[in-house]
Amino acid sequence: MGRTLAEKVWDDHVVRRAEGEPDLLFIDLHLLHEVTSPQAFDGLRGAGRQVRRLDLTIATEDHNTPTLDIDKPIADPVSRAQLETLRKNCADFGVRLHPLGDIEQGVVHVVGPQLGLTQPGTTVVCGDSHTSTHGAFGALAFGIGTSQVEHVLATQTLPLARPKTMAITVDGELPEGVTAKDLILAIIARIGTGGGQGYILEYRGPAIEKLSMEARMTICNMSIEAGARAGMIAPDETTFAYLKDRAHAPQGADWDEAVAYWKTLRTDDDAVFDAEVYIDATALSPFVTWGTNPGQGLPLSGHVPDPASYEDASERLAAEKALEYMGLTAGQRLRDINVDTVFVGSCTNGRIEDLRSAAAVIEGRKVADGVRMLVVPGSVRVALQAVEEGLDKVFTAAGAEWRHAGCSMCLGMNPDQLAPGERSASTSNRNFEGRQGKGGRTHLVSPQVAAATAVTGRLSSPADLVEAPTTAGV
Amino acid sequence: MEAFTTHTGRAVPLRRSNVDTDQIIPAHWLKKVTRDGFEDGLFEAWRKDPDFVLNKAERQGATVLVAGPDFGTGSSREHAVWALQNYGFKTVISARFADIFRGNSLKNGLLTVVLEQSVVDELWALTEADPQVEITVDLHERQVRAPGVTAGFELDENARWRLLNGLDDISITLRNEQDIAAYESRRPAHKPRTVQVG
Repeated sequence: MGRTLAEKVWDDHVVRRAEGEPDLLFIDLHLLHEVTSPQAFDGLRGAGRQVRRLDLTIATEDHNTPTLDIDKPIADPVSRAQLETLRKNCADFGVRLHPLGDIEQGVVHVVGPQLGLTQPGTTVVCGDSHTSTHGAFGALAFGIGTSQVEHVLATQTLPLARPKTMAITVDGELPEGVTAKDLILAIIARIGTGGGQGYILEYRGPAIEKLSMEARMTICNMSIEAGARAGMIAPDETTFAYLKDRAHAPQGADWDEAVAYWKTLRTDDDAVFDAEVYIDATALSPFVTWGTNPGQGLPLSGHVPDPASYEDASERLAAEKALEYMGLTAGQRLRDINVDTVFVGSCTNGRIEDLRSAAAVIEGRKVADGVRMLVVPGSVRVALQAVEEGLDKVFTAAGAEWRHAGCSMCLGMNPDQLAPGERSASTSNRNFEGRQGKGGRTHLVSPQVAAATAVTGRLSSPADLVEAPTTAGV
Repeated sequence: MEAFTTHTGRAVPLRRSNVDTDQIIPAHWLKKVTRDGFEDGLFEAWRKDPDFVLNKAERQGATVLVAGPDFGTGSSREHAVWALQNYGFKTVISARFADIFRGNSLKNGLLTVVLEQSVVDELWALTEADPQVEITVDLHERQVRAPGVTAGFELDENARWRLLNGLDDISITLRNEQDIAAYESRRPAHKPRTVQVG
């Protein structure tokens, strides 16, 4: 019987397989950041262990980093201490680090792919659940806890039970104005936040094949929001073209050998998935969340649901609590929800294509009175590219704030936070209670919806912007 | 890791689904660089409400958390497990756990027990009717027991063996160091490297 993409990559990394034990899997790339690594390095020190493979390990700073005044000392002493701890750990153990101020600094899941380190058929781990992002390249990539970070540092392996596989086949083509973000939000709403639990997802079908690498990363990034540790997309010419000539892509004969291998990384025709889901891309429209978990989403044209309409008691209770927290009323039009803040950025939507698409909507328009819009590029490289294209000017001319790279308001570990009761339209990945700041309320949206929402001050798609932009470009 | 064999204690019924790790321990607590001192951050936002179940006098000293489905979703932060342990919980019962949280819990000796929602409902009813009721989680027998309730649970034999003996994963893996070295020697040259060494 044939094998799925996930099974092929898994099998190629088995160091040891024994009856009654989890497989011991080799890890090709280990990404580190300041938040989930300090206790792991302490563990190594305590046991007198070294980092086994410095050449497969890389660190950057992203979660705590400020997006303003980055040339000044970090104001929050606790954040500063955590960054200094990472710097000391990397220095002590010899780990390559891209700290704040470095040209390769940025959100860890933006940095790996842009360096060309994330490659098809590799295993990629990081102490961060959005490591699933790297699955867009046909890598088996998943988030791990700090104990596992220590385990990978010490052994370059992980003992893991093999998950089941689920195919998510997206037929047709996404309609004009519907993005990868809308698609993944619709998928999560369909299968639920626990729907992917225990599975590796494989996104496939015509609509997926047409997506750019960056859009594919948006999809795989939010696999974890459907409960799946990993999501994958088979590598193809789009993948190879993205990787060619990147700093860490294979060169010369290695490139040819690599591509030949990468081309084998497709699910065999006779492979069987443990579960299959079909989505009709042509039926999709801009999608937003109304609740406090990423599965609580609806088309923007919809209304806030009535908790009483849920048959399942736990879903009904969850909806009741969500409406209470979000300050919404059942039956309210989603397009009537006003926001205070718009956040464009994160490992979900902080890449150059995301900034381009948000800029295209807001160019020649203004951010609505009383709304603040933060644009936070996913990495320094993304920021430099945006500046070269003049996107920063488009955003600032519209009244948005152009910030330095980092995780920023996605999780509010730095000063970029919502105040209690404030409401955001955010291109990030989690609408949990308090995620963007204590008492803050989050609606997850695409970059285009974020930009349109900034203009109107209420949840909107670009199609809602009736007035034409005032200038023909900057 | 601390071994887990059998634990008996009073319970906290947490009637919420999709309890994400941001609720268990908010992000600003993640700036700490130790594995302890997270107890005050546990469910920080909800604990501001005096009516929150953890704040009730009768729930003080309880060690068994009985939660709704999809417990531990979201962020991979192991701090969520440490916060539960620092607070005093020894075991968490739910109909479904998020994968990363479950893995983290079992690596720290916090036993996460999966039971049918109908059994969780029974345990909720029991402990809400009488907060003094004790629940026993027996890893030897893979069984949860409370007055009128006996329910078996699944846990793979390898994870059970590690927990019962409090074994350190890294030491176990390093027993097979020769397998790792053998694998490394046959990795293709085209695989990415972050730095040139040696």
